[in-house]
Amino acid sequence: MSIRVRDDTQSANLSRRGFLRASVAAGGGLLIAFSLPSRLVDARETIEAESFSPDGFIRIDPYGRVTVIVPQVEMGQGTFTSCPMLIAEELEVALSEIQTEQAPPDGALYSNSLIGSQVTGGSTSIRAFYEPLRKAGATAREMLIAAAATTWSVEPSSCRAESGNVIHEPSGRKLGYGALAEKAAMVPVPEEVALKEPSAFKLIGTPAKRLDTPDKVNGKTIYGIDAKVPGMKIATLAICPVFGGKLKGVDASKALQIKNVLQVVQTADTVAVVATNMGAAKKGLAALEIEWDAGPNAKLTTSDIVADMAKASEADGVLVRHEGDVPKALEDASQTLEAIYEVPFLAHTTMEPLNCTVHVREEGCDIWVGTQVIGRAQAVAAELTGLPPEKVVVHNHMLGGGFGRRLEVDFIAKAVEIAKQVDGPVKLIWSREEDIQHDLYRPSFYDRLHAGLDSDGMPVAWSHRICGSSVIARWASPAFKDGYDFDTVDGALEMPYAIPNVRLQYVRHEPPGIPTGFWRSVGPSHNIFVVESFIDECAAAANKDPLEYRRALLAKAPRALAVLELAAEKAGWGEKLPERSGRGIAVQNVFASFMAQVAEVEVSKSGEANVKRVTCAVDCGVVINPNTIEAQVQSAIVYGLSAALFDEITLKDGRVEQSNFHDYRALHMNEMPSIDIHIVKSDEAPGGMGEPGTSALVPAVFNAVYAATGVRLRRPPLKADHLKV
Amino acid sequence: MGEAMTFKIKVNDVEHEVDVDSDIPLLWVLRDVLGMTGTKFGCGRALCGACTVHVNGMPMRSCVMPVGDLGESSVTTIEAIGDTPIGEELQKAWLDLEVVQCGYCQSGQIMSAAALLASTPEPTDHDIDTAMAGNICRCGTYVRIREAIKQVAQTSQGD
Repeated sequence: MSIRVRDDTQSANLSRRGFLRASVAAGGGLLIAFSLPSRLVDARETIEAESFSPDGFIRIDPYGRVTVIVPQVEMGQGTFTSCPMLIAEELEVALSEIQTEQAPPDGALYSNSLIGSQVTGGSTSIRAFYEPLRKAGATAREMLIAAAATTWSVEPSSCRAESGNVIHEPSGRKLGYGALAEKAAMVPVPEEVALKEPSAFKLIGTPAKRLDTPDKVNGKTIYGIDAKVPGMKIATLAICPVFGGKLKGVDASKALQIKNVLQVVQTADTVAVVATNMGAAKKGLAALEIEWDAGPNAKLTTSDIVADMAKASEADGVLVRHEGDVPKALEDASQTLEAIYEVPFLAHTTMEPLNCTVHVREEGCDIWVGTQVIGRAQAVAAELTGLPPEKVVVHNHMLGGGFGRRLEVDFIAKAVEIAKQVDGPVKLIWSREEDIQHDLYRPSFYDRLHAGLDSDGMPVAWSHRICGSSVIARWASPAFKDGYDFDTVDGALEMPYAIPNVRLQYVRHEPPGIPTGFWRSVGPSHNIFVVESFIDECAAAANKDPLEYRRALLAKAPRALAVLELAAEKAGWGEKLPERSGRGIAVQNVFASFMAQVAEVEVSKSGEANVKRVTCAVDCGVVINPNTIEAQVQSAIVYGLSAALFDEITLKDGRVEQSNFHDYRALHMNEMPSIDIHIVKSDEAPGGMGEPGTSALVPAVFNAVYAATGVRLRRPPLKADHLKV
Repeated sequence: MGEAMTFKIKVNDVEHEVDVDSDIPLLWVLRDVLGMTGTKFGCGRALCGACTVHVNGMPMRSCVMPVGDLGESSVTTIEAIGDTPIGEELQKAWLDLEVVQCGYCQSGQIMSAAALLASTPEPTDHDIDTAMAGNICRCGTYVRIREAIKQVAQTSQGD
């Protein structure tokens, strides 16, 4: 990582132009920043004029090396390739010539406009940065062209950019971006630049090679857990196993006798062993005699939580949507159906266990971590150390998986609290057991569904009452308004189906003690399962084919209909299958992408479900990188399959019962279905792709199980006991 | 309790002397003592395969292998697997087919795949399942891992 040096004399004037800023970067060169056209601009305008930030999206040095400062973090989803692609397309440089660098904490400059802060999550990276990054690239290109035109005393319109050069067509003269960079930084920033029409894209839409992967196949990539800081110690921890409990006391005498164990550190609910290596730290931890004060949740069990939710769900909730007259339509219906759906708590189990390296000093603090929320990481460390935020430096790394877990800063806070008691830098690594038992879990939900069908069996009334935790209420409390939040109802609120009378209610119910968080496919992970299962129940009650039934309800939703039909066709919908085999379908419009999946499942007589094949059709608008989209869909399907087939977090005596990959499973290679993915060509605005595949998968599998066995299961994961003959 | 003494271990053809208890797992000696962080920690109980290395050519989970049990054994890690023809071809195939997502498990995946191809140059799907089932990938890169292994197996056939 190179250091950017700012040149205030040259940059101050440019910065006042707002919108776009250019400056001479380290050693001369063009640095260009596009800031988001939102309230954030105003916020920055109030900052004193001299506080020009040298951070932007593009840096071109005098040698022509192009660095893209990526505003979003890389956790496998491909942003370190797709974001540079957006810039490279307009900047006219080869993707392979681009170097990437992680943006530092700077909410004003790198805020994700869909979230309002510097966050990577919610499948928003491309949606938020599709336009800003292309504009940044186009603006830089125009400034480079202007610099060349001035050099040659020709009209800019007679020049064009190509492969990192500006070319004067009539004379054939050519100058590289490096040679032009310094002069380009002096060019007035154009007020507006024209962006390419999608039909003119040369790079966007191609299966371009990822930029982040070469060092991921030889062990060289440094994840947070690999951070190496001189003098660093290694620590591991035990947190009170009961949520809300405290550390009562600890006898560390045996642990401190272990070779290479250096220190035992306590906080209110945690004890950590500091050593020179993790092996010794773990050994030390095992040798501690710890006494916990279990606190108010000492007797908490999952069944208590579910019983509480069941009770809470009996009363009306906040009315989120009401169209038509549901009570009357239910009364008039030829047939009514009622069902209760549940989903369990789920852990994230990123492959890289939680970790964070911290060096707290009197004058500052350094954090080495992989986080989805760089700004929050900085803020929490500042709060806990009492340092001003600018004295906290966050070195973000590649993430060994995020899935929402690294949207939280609990593990950063823990590391800071421990580091405050340690002389020098300390790397805190969680065991897998602690990682699973102190997650912030996908909330458990308890939903009541009620539908009325007309004499043709088509739904005329749909009532859905969601009962469960709001993650947003804790994580982004201003977004919890009028008794609900957009995420908790996402996927249930804007069903694509045309049903004349629809009612959606939300009953907030926070489980005692157990913390909830965002989990891949967030709100839709729960709602799409419920909606797509219950619509399947309606089809069954009407004695209609689940595909035809959905098709009839999607006449006014052409993009949803198109993916539904494509997935069904490619899956061979309707073709005969062996006994106890079935196909299930699900369709959704979430994260601004349309997706349908067909799962083919075979259920053995002993009740084991074998998912043999998943066919997916997706319309995510403009495709940035089809290779990444395919990878993300495969990934999301596998993530969903683990949840559909195996996983739930349960509590007994206030403690999470699962502890590692033997009892909180991840799908293994030998359990993989074949997966076919079909991408619909589209010029619509790009939609999110990291998460939709997970929410669509679970109902597709459950509907297939119903087709195979006639057993309707309304709570993941699948249990063989319910399906055996 | 492990017996405290220094050990000589051979990693990627280099001998190191390490001062740890004999029961400290090889994983932590590699990562924290020798600074070789390519081998990853995932579970600590041989349940995920992220820490896979070769010990005398055999794939082993270094998170449960006491360093004191190594004796004269030769350890190969992801940092050196590219020096072998199979390792090099696997790394190339991994990139050709864009296997990698977050990449955290891929050191272990490649080490398991290299051991498989060394013993079974033309693996069937069943062979691949058997050899790779212990390597978890939460990004779900299995489809492409399988393709990449097959690609290397086919390329090598012609050699």
